[in-house]
Amino acid sequence: MEDKLLLSLLQQNARMEVTDLAAALEETEDNVIEKLTELEKEKVICGYHTIINWDLTNTEIVTAMIQINASPEREYGYDRIASHIYKFDEVDTMYLLSGSFEFVAIVKGKTMQEVAHFVASKLACLDGVTGTSTFFVMKQYKNDGVILVEDEDGNQNRLVVTP
Amino acid sequence: MGIEDKLSDRVQMIKPSGIRKFFDLASQMEGVISLGVGEPDFTTPWAIREAAIYSIEKGRTFYTANRGLLELRKEICKYYKRRFNVSYDAEKECIITVGGSEGIDIAIRSIINPGDEMIVLNPGYVAYAPGVELAGGIPVTINLRHEDQFKLTPELLKAAITPKTKAILLNYPSNPTGGFMTREDYQKIVPILKESGIMILSDEIYAELSYEDEFCSIAEFDEIKDQVIVVSGFSKAFAMTGWRLGYILCHPTLSSAMCKIHQYIIMSAPTPAQYGALEGLKRCEDEVIKMRDSYKARRNFLVKTFNDMGLETFKPQGAFYVFPCIKSTGLTSDEFCEQLLADQKVACVPGTAFGDAGEGFIRVSYAYSLEELKLATEKIKLFVEKCKSH
Repeated sequence: MEDKLLLSLLQQNARMEVTDLAAALEETEDNVIEKLTELEKEKVICGYHTIINWDLTNTEIVTAMIQINASPEREYGYDRIASHIYKFDEVDTMYLLSGSFEFVAIVKGKTMQEVAHFVASKLACLDGVTGTSTFFVMKQYKNDGVILVEDEDGNQNRLVVTP
Repeated sequence: MGIEDKLSDRVQMIKPSGIRKFFDLASQMEGVISLGVGEPDFTTPWAIREAAIYSIEKGRTFYTANRGLLELRKEICKYYKRRFNVSYDAEKECIITVGGSEGIDIAIRSIINPGDEMIVLNPGYVAYAPGVELAGGIPVTINLRHEDQFKLTPELLKAAITPKTKAILLNYPSNPTGGFMTREDYQKIVPILKESGIMILSDEIYAELSYEDEFCSIAEFDEIKDQVIVVSGFSKAFAMTGWRLGYILCHPTLSSAMCKIHQYIIMSAPTPAQYGALEGLKRCEDEVIKMRDSYKARRNFLVKTFNDMGLETFKPQGAFYVFPCIKSTGLTSDEFCEQLLADQKVACVPGTAFGDAGEGFIRVSYAYSLEELKLATEKIKLFVEKCKSH
């Protein structure tokens, strides 16, 4: 089975039914189910999420990108201090980077105060964290390959029938 | 005297495209789900669009050389060598045209004398036979067979060649059938083409959309390379239909002859489109692969779905069309498509729009998302069940 094709189909549409996946991959449904189970077990597939544009709902949500400076530790490098940060529920996404700071964490909260409070009272006080800079997100244009602001007609203006 | 009398005999002789009728029917109807489109559903990759915009900002708005930007011709030749192992010289053997369509026209006009026969495959793309007629030639059709998956076999080819045959027009992967010629398939017909000495116009516009075997260009066979005129373009692989940009690769003598027509009727292909295409060749191969993977999944889905509903459909190895056989419904291709449109508001193109050998088949395009294909095929299934219960 072409694992990459299976994954890219699911990445485009996590709700695609097993019957349709099987047809698209020229496989039996049983084989697809077995492969999915395997990929889930191996944590290749980490979930079947939905990309939501919260800006279009009445939900209050504030996102901030936080640059974090940290000191490495003997034996652990950056991984232990990282785990002390990413385990907080407020942290949505986190990366270790090259360059003038060590991590960037994407933090979500209901209000700016809530995020600021998390940074000041939790994040910045952790042993090993030597500094933070917080950047609040003003507008989200694209997320995970999906453009969230409608700025193109797409293929709606194709003619109905062409040679 | 009516205006009609002013028309040339030649243009009056040309029949309007069989697609036209369906376009008129489908576009008058509200809420039609169409599987009748012959162009990609993807928008041109942004890198290409951005490069074209930049070229306009920089004021690169003048004619290019007749043959097109040398830099682009060099990239095209590098690309053909890299992808399909065929070498052409950018200065003398390449012309950038206004779509593959112009390439087909000027290639035919450069080789056909009045009364010359040119073999065209049936079913085949709508513009080929009229192109031959407009050049004063006589299109001679080879009726391809479903049981051969619409490949050109040596027997069919041999039977069609006469002393008057000047050339043959090939198109693999094929619009409308999705038929495909592998290297082994070509090996069987190359000796016949060599012996006959006829010219071979090879429309390779769908080359990048090959799903199993690697695409094989007929120009790869050295023994007949001088007889081959390759026509291709950016429309399908790079999702650039509206940009109208194609190219011709062939022997320098032919290329100079074609360039004469090209310089008088066109001058040069649109400049911003050429800058866009240049970026495409240099940096968009990943996008092409992504699109190809999507098409492949859709093809698999359609082949299974049509066979499951009882419409025999072979697995096409290229392009973005499947060609289901609808004979089991008892309807003709025209009746099937008209009734399907009236009953379920789904538009497909009758196989007969591509020649009488398309009778008994419909062309279904998969330049649509899987979700759209699913919805449309559910409706087709309802229609087929109705037909069969009568």
